[in-house]
Amino acid sequence: MDLPNAETLVAHLADRIAPHVGAESALVGIHTGGAWLAQRLHQRLGMATPLGTLDISFYRDDFSRIGLHPQVKPSDIPFAVEGRDIILVDDVLYTGRTIRAAMNELFDYGRPSAIRLAVLIDRGGRELPVCPDFVGERIALPRHQNIQLTLEAGHGFVLSLQSPSAQVDA
Amino acid sequence: MRNNPQINQHGELNHLLTLEGLPREILLHILDTAASFVGVAEREVKKVPLLRGKAIFNLFFEPSTRTRTTFEIAAKRLSADVLNLNIGASSQSKGETVLDTVDNLSAMHADMFIVRHAQSGAAHLIAQHVAPHIHVINAGDGRHAHPTQGLLDMYTIRHYKPDFGGLRVAIVGDLMHSRVARSEIHALNILGTREVRVIAPKTLIPSGVEGLGVQVYHNMAAGLAGVDVVIMLRLQHERMKGAILPSAQEYFKYYGLTPEKLAFCSHDAIVMHPGPMNRGVEIDSSVADGAQSVILPQVTFGIAVRMAVMSILASSGS
Repeated sequence: MDLPNAETLVAHLADRIAPHVGAESALVGIHTGGAWLAQRLHQRLGMATPLGTLDISFYRDDFSRIGLHPQVKPSDIPFAVEGRDIILVDDVLYTGRTIRAAMNELFDYGRPSAIRLAVLIDRGGRELPVCPDFVGERIALPRHQNIQLTLEAGHGFVLSLQSPSAQVDA
Repeated sequence: MRNNPQINQHGELNHLLTLEGLPREILLHILDTAASFVGVAEREVKKVPLLRGKAIFNLFFEPSTRTRTTFEIAAKRLSADVLNLNIGASSQSKGETVLDTVDNLSAMHADMFIVRHAQSGAAHLIAQHVAPHIHVINAGDGRHAHPTQGLLDMYTIRHYKPDFGGLRVAIVGDLMHSRVARSEIHALNILGTREVRVIAPKTLIPSGVEGLGVQVYHNMAAGLAGVDVVIMLRLQHERMKGAILPSAQEYFKYYGLTPEKLAFCSHDAIVMHPGPMNRGVEIDSSVADGAQSVILPQVTFGIAVRMAVMSILASSGS
C-alpha cells in the first residue's frame, strides 16, 4: 500500500489548525511521535505559548497487565493549563486509549477551557469515544498492521508500515 | 536459577532489599524513572493513578518518622492505599512473630510491604516468605542496608554532578552503625565512581571496610582534599554503647563539618546528609544551611525515587 508523504501531511495539518489558533491556545505533544510533530507544528504556526509535552506512562490503563514503560520521559507543561485552549497532538490515532490517558494527565495540571485533538494519521479501530478535530489523513488499516512515524536525518518525517505477522509467534 | 532474591526469573526487580549486587542497568532505570516523578509534585494535582487500588503496608518494627512519612507520601502520590503499622507497640509485645504478622496482613490482601527492622536481614526473611505477587522494600534493616536512601543519594549526586567516573566522594562519620553508608558505597561502586573515601575515627570504622573498595582516612584535612561530594552521617547516639567517643564536643572539633573543613574540598563540592541532623555534632549550621548544602533537595528527590521503586516493583511479574 502507498503511504502518503508525511511532510505534505504535516503542512496540511498545520493549515487546518491555523484558523483555530488564538492567544490562549497551546500545543501539547504526546511522546514520542506526537512530541516531534507538535514541535514542528509549533514552529509552523508561530505560536506564542511554549510547547508542552506529555509522557502518559503513569496514566496508562494497561499498567497492571504490562507494567511500566521501560523508558519514561518527564512530562513538561511550561504554561498554566487553567483556562487554556489546548490542542493535543499525536502522530497516529488508533484505539483512543492514549488520548484518554493524556486528557486525564492534563486535568491534573488544571482545568483547560477546551481540549482539541490533532493527529497526522487516523487509522480507525477506536475502542473509546474519541474523535479528532484536525486530521492529516484517514487510512483504514487492519488490526495486524501498525503505522509508525519516524524522524529521519535528511528526510524529515517518514511514515512506514509494520506487519507483526512477519514475526513468528512462539 | 535465582541467585539474587530480589530479581525474578525474568530479570525484573521484584523486591528491593539491598543495593549490593544490583545490576547497573536496574539502578539506572530507577534513577531515570524517578526523574519523571519529580515533576508530579510540582503540579496542581500531586498524584498519578499508577497504583490505584493497591494496598501498601508500612511495616515499621523500629521507630522512624521521616522515612515512614516519605514512603507514605510516595505511595499516596501513586494513588495507593497506605496503612502504617508501628509493630513495636502492638503485636510483637503480645508475642506474635514477624512472619505471623506478615501472614495476617497478606490475608488482608496486601500488595507491598515497606519494612523497617532493627535486625539485619528482616526484610529478606519477609521477602522469601510472602506470595509471589507481593513486593517487599527494605526501609532499613539493622546495620545492613537502607537501599532507597542509597538510591536517593545517587539521584541527588547525579543531579548536581552527572559524571560518576570523574567524582571523588567522601562519606564522613559513624560508619560502624550506618546502613546508609553501606548502601551508598555499593551504589557508588556500581556507578563507577572514581574514588570513594570514608573518614572517621578508628572506633567508628568497621574492620574490613577496605574490602568494599573504599579508602580509609582518619583525618578530615587529608580525607576531604579535592573531594566533589561530602556525605555526612548522623552520629547515632542511640546505637552507641560503651565509650566509643569521648564526647560530642570533641567529635565536632575533629570531624564536624565546619566552613573551615569544607574549604579542603573542591570549591564546588556539594554537602549531603541523610537526616535527621545533629547540628553542632557532625555538621555546623552554617554548612547545613549554606550554599553548598543539598540536604533539602535530597528529601524532595527521595519521594520521587521511592515512587520509582514502588512502581517498578509493582510492574514486575506482569
